[in-house]
Amino acid sequence: MDLAYGPRYGAFRDEVRGFLESHRDRWPTGAGAPRTAVLAWQKLLIEHGYAARTIPRAYGGHGGEADILKSRIIAEEFIRARAPGPLAGQGISMLVPTLLEVGWEEQKRRWIAPTLAGEIVWCQGYSEPGAGSDLAALRTHAGQDGDDFVINGQKIWTSTAAQADMMFCLVRTEPHAPRHAGISYLIFSMKTPGIEVRPLKTMTGHAEFNEVFFTDVRVPVSQVVGARGAGWAVANATLKHERGMLGDPGAAEARLAAIVELMGEEAAGGERAIDNPVLRDRLMALQGRMLAMKFNGLRLLSAQLAGEPAGLAGLVVKLQGCELNHQLAAVAIDAMGEAGVLYGDPGARDGGVWQQRYMFDLGLIIGGGTAQIQKSIIAERGLGLPREPKPAQG
Amino acid sequence: MEFALSPDQRLMQASLEGALTRLCPLERVRGFVDGDAAVAGDVWRGLSELGLPGLLVGEAHGGLGLGLLDAALAAEALGRHVAPTPFLASAALAPLAIAAAGSPAQQAAWLPRLAAGEALAAVAIGEAVAGEGAGVTAQGGRLDGASRFVIDAAGAEIFIVADSAGGLHLATAGAPGLTVTALVTIDRTRSLGELRLDDTPAEPLAGGDAGAALTRLRDAAWILLAADMVGASGAMIDMAVVYAKQRRQFGRLIGSFQAVKHMCAEMAAELEPCRALVWYAAHAFDALPAEASLMAAHAKAHLSEVSRFVARTAVEVHGGVGFTDLLGLHYWFKRVGLDRQLLGGPERVRQAAAAMQGLA
Repeated sequence: MDLAYGPRYGAFRDEVRGFLESHRDRWPTGAGAPRTAVLAWQKLLIEHGYAARTIPRAYGGHGGEADILKSRIIAEEFIRARAPGPLAGQGISMLVPTLLEVGWEEQKRRWIAPTLAGEIVWCQGYSEPGAGSDLAALRTHAGQDGDDFVINGQKIWTSTAAQADMMFCLVRTEPHAPRHAGISYLIFSMKTPGIEVRPLKTMTGHAEFNEVFFTDVRVPVSQVVGARGAGWAVANATLKHERGMLGDPGAAEARLAAIVELMGEEAAGGERAIDNPVLRDRLMALQGRMLAMKFNGLRLLSAQLAGEPAGLAGLVVKLQGCELNHQLAAVAIDAMGEAGVLYGDPGARDGGVWQQRYMFDLGLIIGGGTAQIQKSIIAERGLGLPREPKPAQG
Repeated sequence: MEFALSPDQRLMQASLEGALTRLCPLERVRGFVDGDAAVAGDVWRGLSELGLPGLLVGEAHGGLGLGLLDAALAAEALGRHVAPTPFLASAALAPLAIAAAGSPAQQAAWLPRLAAGEALAAVAIGEAVAGEGAGVTAQGGRLDGASRFVIDAAGAEIFIVADSAGGLHLATAGAPGLTVTALVTIDRTRSLGELRLDDTPAEPLAGGDAGAALTRLRDAAWILLAADMVGASGAMIDMAVVYAKQRRQFGRLIGSFQAVKHMCAEMAAELEPCRALVWYAAHAFDALPAEASLMAAHAKAHLSEVSRFVARTAVEVHGGVGFTDLLGLHYWFKRVGLDRQLLGGPERVRQAAAAMQGLA
């Protein structure tokens, strides 16, 4: 056990701190920061290797060596300084790694740099009303007509579709092939004629997602990523990147600290929430869970550094982490007593964020592979239990 | 940065696993529980050859001079094999107490014999840890009163006893006025007893800060009980998974039913992060004193909850056979049942965790 990062990394940490301090005037802070300031900050971060660190310069990245600890130090120091981090989003976190892995050279050169720079915003077209957990059942059809595919169908749960410039999308191009072999991964502009985006309002009262409808949308066949009909493998490369984003224990630790504060301030029936033994016990039980997930994260980091497989410790993160966040939001609401019901009211604590999280986190338990799908993955890949026998194909 | 077991630690795990598989198969555990007292002696002798009793004793006193993380890995292996050993008191808590608060003469008298596995020790700190005020008072080198749930009472040559003021004492078996009565518990793989002291002469363990020594003992015990639960829970999950891969009903392996496979997945998902929690708590005990008590409390409380869930779920995965004596799963079920209650159930330990953070 050695939890220190070592002197070489100490110097790197000082460098990141120094950068953030000396460029404080360039921080695009707040939701209202002008887009030009946001993009300028991103450009600066790439130049210094604090964003797109390992992506080759030819594709608009920093071109640095992969170093897990340096990446972690960068993340830690940005959080500590409360500095605006590098741009995120599905283009940068999912499409770029996919293009790097399976894209044509021309696609890499054309799309990666402007995506990293924040000039192109992407959305993901995977789920359909009839293809959720069973994604391979997707039916959005793309038939070839000359040099184009003509797309008809519908996607759902598409976040940022209204703001996106481009979509990466799974479509069925070979309707007669076995279902996994008939899918292609296409990229196209959201301004292509025939695309309609409708906001999808969720139980939170907000439209965090959209539905996207395609009517005779023409996309050149050259915009397939990977091989035609190989979209399933391409998509799985992308899903791998998504699962890493969900269930991050850092969020749980920050929330727990906020709830400790909340429980010291909120009172009901003449008693501070923290002085209520039942609420306090729930908080402590969740702290124990949070710590287990935090140290599990350290174990995963260490395994990654050593080039060892993550095994079960990795497979359980999404299931356990999302549930933990949901339960944290629940105890925060309960600690507020009757005031916990305020939502959209000017008197709601923290702008109603705890009710919002309690609902949205349930969405995260379902999204990105439901809890039940996660359990099947843990059982089959982690414990080697047999797969569910497939029903005869009808 | 490395948050992983060292090659030496992995080697120790492998060697202990091999030794326990040989020394302590289920039929011998069953034999011990059914009254064959020689089994425990054989197991302890075999483990003594590997140096296990001297794990935490310094090399100057004939031990291996390792840390609590190493002891936690040993406890995990013992829990995995439901091993009937006096490890917790004789190899961990008594050596820690004597090393922390014993005089050089007391250390020289007892540590080498404990390290060699020649002497067994029991530890009577339950009431002091639970904050109930120990039922033992000390005055003028004499102890009076009683302590229940004394750990590893059977065959102990010395007793480490906490008094009502948090001071620690060393009394020897056979001292005037000292009597031990075995308590019959759910977990027959371990020995708990009731100690009665009537004007019994005892030496104080007066070196260092006695209150601090008691806190260290409590933290170590919480972590090692948590590690025992990690091992026992892991064994129960393995048994359930193996069974789900071979038992057929409705023409299918039951492990192919989602109802069954999800029970297995839930057990694994609950347990796997606990390994890192126990590693961290043990590492904190060894190297990060400011965090040690809180991490020990969370390890103990969280593993108590997880292992109870695993124990009942593993029985259910087995169906009817899980409920039988013949299968033997109940030895692990009862083992974690004892780990949970000993030195504070999870609610009380969480109360202590809150108090440590100024929240209670």
